[in-house]
Amino acid sequence: MPNDLWLSIGAILPIIVLAVWACLLLLVDLFIPAQRKGWTASLAAVGLLITLAVILSRLGQSQSGFGGMVMVDNFANFLSILLLASGLAAIALSHDYLQRTGIERGEYYVLLLFSISGMMLMGMASDLIMVFLALELLSIPLYVLAGIAVPRLNSEEAAIKYFLLGAFASGFLVYGTALVYGASGSTSIAKIVQVIQAGQHNLTLLLAGAGLILVGLGFKVAVAPFHMWTPDVYQGAPSSVTAFMAVGAKAAGFAALLRIFVLAFPVVSLDMTPVLWSVAALTMILGNFVAIAQKNIKRLLAYSSIAHAGYILMALTPYGQSNVSADSVASALFYLVAYALTNFAAWAVVIALEQADERGLELSDYAGLGRKQPALAAAMTVAMLSFTGVPPTLGFVGKFFLFRTVIEGGFIGLALIGVLTSLVSAYYYLRVVVIMYMQEGEPVVRRDGWLYATAFVSSIGVVALSIFAGPLIALASRAILNLF
Amino acid sequence: MFFEEAVSSGPQFFNLVPWIVFFPVIGLLFNIFFGGRILERSRAGEKIVGGVASLAAGLSFLVSVLLAISLNGHPEGMVVPLADWINIGELNIRWAFQVDTLSVTMMLVVSGVGTLIHIYAIGYMHEDVRHNGDPGRFRRFFVFMNLFIAAMMILVSGDNYMMLFVGWEGVGLCSYLLIGFWYEKGKDGIGNALAAKKAMVTNRIGDFGFLLAAFTIFWTFGTFKFHAIFEKAPEVAVANPGALLFITICLLIGVTGKSAQLPLYVWLPDAMAGPTPVSALIHAATMVTAGVYLVARSAEIYVLVPTAQFWVTLVGSVTALFAATIAVGQFDIKKVLAYSTISQLGFMVAAVGMGAFVAGMFHLVTHAFFKALLFLSSGSVIQGLERGHHHVEHDPKLKKQLKGHAHDFDPQDMRNMGGLRERMKITYWVYLIGAIALAGIPPLAGFWSKDEILADASKEFSWAYTLLTLAAIFTAFYMTRQILMVFFGKARTPAAEHAEESPLVVTAPLMILAVLSFFGGLINLPFDGFHQFAHWLEHTLGEYAHPGEFILVVALLSTGLALVSLALGWWLYNPRRYEEFWAIPAARRPDDPLRSYIGPIYEALKNKYWVDELYWAVFLNPYIDLSRFLADVIDWRFWHDWFHDRVIMGGYNLLTRLLAIRIDLGGIDAAANGLAVLTQRVAERLRQVQTGYVRNYALSIFVGVVIILGYLLLR
Repeated sequence: MPNDLWLSIGAILPIIVLAVWACLLLLVDLFIPAQRKGWTASLAAVGLLITLAVILSRLGQSQSGFGGMVMVDNFANFLSILLLASGLAAIALSHDYLQRTGIERGEYYVLLLFSISGMMLMGMASDLIMVFLALELLSIPLYVLAGIAVPRLNSEEAAIKYFLLGAFASGFLVYGTALVYGASGSTSIAKIVQVIQAGQHNLTLLLAGAGLILVGLGFKVAVAPFHMWTPDVYQGAPSSVTAFMAVGAKAAGFAALLRIFVLAFPVVSLDMTPVLWSVAALTMILGNFVAIAQKNIKRLLAYSSIAHAGYILMALTPYGQSNVSADSVASALFYLVAYALTNFAAWAVVIALEQADERGLELSDYAGLGRKQPALAAAMTVAMLSFTGVPPTLGFVGKFFLFRTVIEGGFIGLALIGVLTSLVSAYYYLRVVVIMYMQEGEPVVRRDGWLYATAFVSSIGVVALSIFAGPLIALASRAILNLF
Repeated sequence: MFFEEAVSSGPQFFNLVPWIVFFPVIGLLFNIFFGGRILERSRAGEKIVGGVASLAAGLSFLVSVLLAISLNGHPEGMVVPLADWINIGELNIRWAFQVDTLSVTMMLVVSGVGTLIHIYAIGYMHEDVRHNGDPGRFRRFFVFMNLFIAAMMILVSGDNYMMLFVGWEGVGLCSYLLIGFWYEKGKDGIGNALAAKKAMVTNRIGDFGFLLAAFTIFWTFGTFKFHAIFEKAPEVAVANPGALLFITICLLIGVTGKSAQLPLYVWLPDAMAGPTPVSALIHAATMVTAGVYLVARSAEIYVLVPTAQFWVTLVGSVTALFAATIAVGQFDIKKVLAYSTISQLGFMVAAVGMGAFVAGMFHLVTHAFFKALLFLSSGSVIQGLERGHHHVEHDPKLKKQLKGHAHDFDPQDMRNMGGLRERMKITYWVYLIGAIALAGIPPLAGFWSKDEILADASKEFSWAYTLLTLAAIFTAFYMTRQILMVFFGKARTPAAEHAEESPLVVTAPLMILAVLSFFGGLINLPFDGFHQFAHWLEHTLGEYAHPGEFILVVALLSTGLALVSLALGWWLYNPRRYEEFWAIPAARRPDDPLRSYIGPIYEALKNKYWVDELYWAVFLNPYIDLSRFLADVIDWRFWHDWFHDRVIMGGYNLLTRLLAIRIDLGGIDAAANGLAVLTQRVAERLRQVQTGYVRNYALSIFVGVVIILGYLLLR
């Protein structure tokens, strides 16, 4: 067994590296003076880079560990890379922002690293218990991060709401796990599959369990009707946290959903599909329509993130069709990348315009940005166009693959809803562009190299990767799920 | 070489023929690239630039001489191909040089006279060496002159109609460029430019005829090559006489343009705006004879179409008389010579028209000598007068004599001259020789060539003979008048009083040309054993080159009439009489003694029969009015303002307005806006669900759970 243990540890080595680095950073941070917290940020970034290097060095391998509780396959690696890159972007967005809002604390970065390790674990988890564990590991730091702007009331409120509702949702996940255990006698996905293949499962319990797992994870990725926390938390949390949460939590949640549903629950797909269909449709409609009424950019982006969760969930709808499920996974992963890049471009601009006491967050504050800061406005425009799904942006390519997957699965109605709600989304996304370019105003813009770099790299990536999308598509297509 | 009987042996230099074009091209390239620098750096720059150009022309002449020597041994000539030009399907045109006696005759004239004129121009263009400090102008002159030689050589040496046409257009271009050489001068500062334009436009009409002929030639014969065409011509004359008639008449239109015949001659008098060497070379000796060459070259077609021959003869002989009469009424020394040129070209055209190709070409050659001589001499006179004027202007004592017409002094007006015999001796003598040659007094060159034409005409074309004889009478008269007005009597202006002889570089070519004008007739005396030129051309023209006859009656009559005309001129313009005439106070004095006798007719002559005015009234003004109508009314008001703006754009606007306001704004937009408003209302309503209370959120989760579980379990 020791040999097996070492192998298992080797499998999750990146997570261990990151977690250990985070623990050490917590200690080191004690010796870093308050006005030098940039060191902590840099060290955190170094930790992410080391972890990234570890993953890249083992790319292409596939191994399971801890008796099948984790599975490090291409899918997990793809997600880990996305998450680590997002973490780097989050740090780039955070440093200056935290300083000027006066909430720069060393533990911020440490919590970020912990959360990322949880998210990575989520991508690897191939046991329902492990999923729960990972979920808690990623959620709890996020709860704290949401409330890190501690004297600010709505930050605390966001943290509390997120925590309460997150706990509530976690309960459903645990309950669902219990039901699945009851139905199949195991929490390991591999074993569940065996049982189901042997026909020894209890279908009713399995169905209920799957439904509850969907609720638990659906809360994390913010699909309707489990989305209501999102606007409040996104608005209340510090913007840099929101930017990260929008990508990280969504990616981790979808990772678990994809792995569990595609591998373990094809047998219940006939019954689950209508549920997924309805949830996706409801999410897209609700997210996009309500976003129209928003006047605060953070709330607008919150609803936007809800809507995009709906689009990704749409790809999950045909998960049970063996000939489409690979495309489901690939298009969902691809869209996560598109969403991440677009998201960071947008949030970098938001953070650049945000001022103390949550000023500079209204849409009207963006008036005149096109004239004052053409580059920044251009980055924002690219982001908005990508969110809308207009070529030549990654958002367009991503949506194209999503819709193609859905139509391959035979859900033309759902694809139609997706297209129509995309059309609706143009209303509020382009309004931002219109305000930037066609209204007179004197926007106050924070000049910071890392912010700008994030905005430009992301927006250029959004355009460039849409034109040279081949390699990314190939990567996403190879990121298939391994059962054993 | 003309004087030897042809024997089929001797040296052969036919392959040198491309160099008749290459040498002038090299010369002009040299001057383009180095001329400006040489003129700026070197004090002898003008001599180098002019010398290189003259050398280029001279080498061309040398090659022509070598070709002539070769032809002496090998009179059948040769076609020397150089390169393919156009190869499209059946159309095969190549650059190939036709070396035969006809083309070499032209080459000798063009390069020989051309070389002399180049040398003359070095002196004549001296004033332009630093025109406003710009040496470019002097260089430009010689570049154009070399270009002209090259183009003219292409014209006369091509073995097909297309190459001939290239040269034809090339010389037309050079003519245009050189007429407008002093483009800033002339009436209202654009007179010369307008003259150049007139030459260009008028020649376009002629070239249009040429092109039509060329198209028809290709259509009928399938080739442009002379030999191939001439071989097939007899059968075509039987099978398709209409085509040949069309070709020859269209070629005649081309001839009337290029060789300044009725009705397209009007550009040539205006072309005198160019520098005098240009007038001598292009507008007297060479280019304007291209039409004569064209008809002679196409002899084998023309002899097949008597109708065309009739028309060519008619045009030529009428032009000869018509222009000769106008020359009588001119005061500008160069205008007299210009109309004289038109008249003499008429002689040649009439000659080639009636089939007397040898006589026509003979007259072409002698005319090139004496008309070039006359023009160059007139240039010498003009510059002599200008020098005199300059002298007077800069001498305070003499300046008073100018009496206020210092600036509008016209050095070309013969009334401003007089008495130049004493002051410009060389010019006077050479001028006299040219004039006698032109007037047709034996034994000078003009007598022989003109007499041969008259002799040929007297046999078959009595009407043409009558017209041409009348023209000859007028020729003697206007030349007498000119000589007397320019050189005899007393100087009528201070400028004439102080006129100076031209330098040697100017007078030397004059003397050479005078010799040629004197003895030029020897190449083809109309006596048995002296028909060298006829035999020479026989090798090319074959049976159509019949040697001229000497008809004593014709010769005596023409000479006698010329002498009578000369006497009449002396009677009217002799120095004593003209001085008396000049003594009459300016207010009561008519412009010319002749007016007292033939008043209204004289007015008509002086005004050139108002042909220019007629053309303006009949063609140009209606044409301009039509253009204005088409431009202002049809194009602008109708097409632009009405059809385009009103109908198309207005209609389009109406349609777009309909689509935009009624359909788009009223329909689609209203629907879309309605949808947007509805969307916003829905959004507002949905937003109210977002209470901010955790309990409500939890409830929504719970409701979701209930619905999902309910569905899954109760499905």
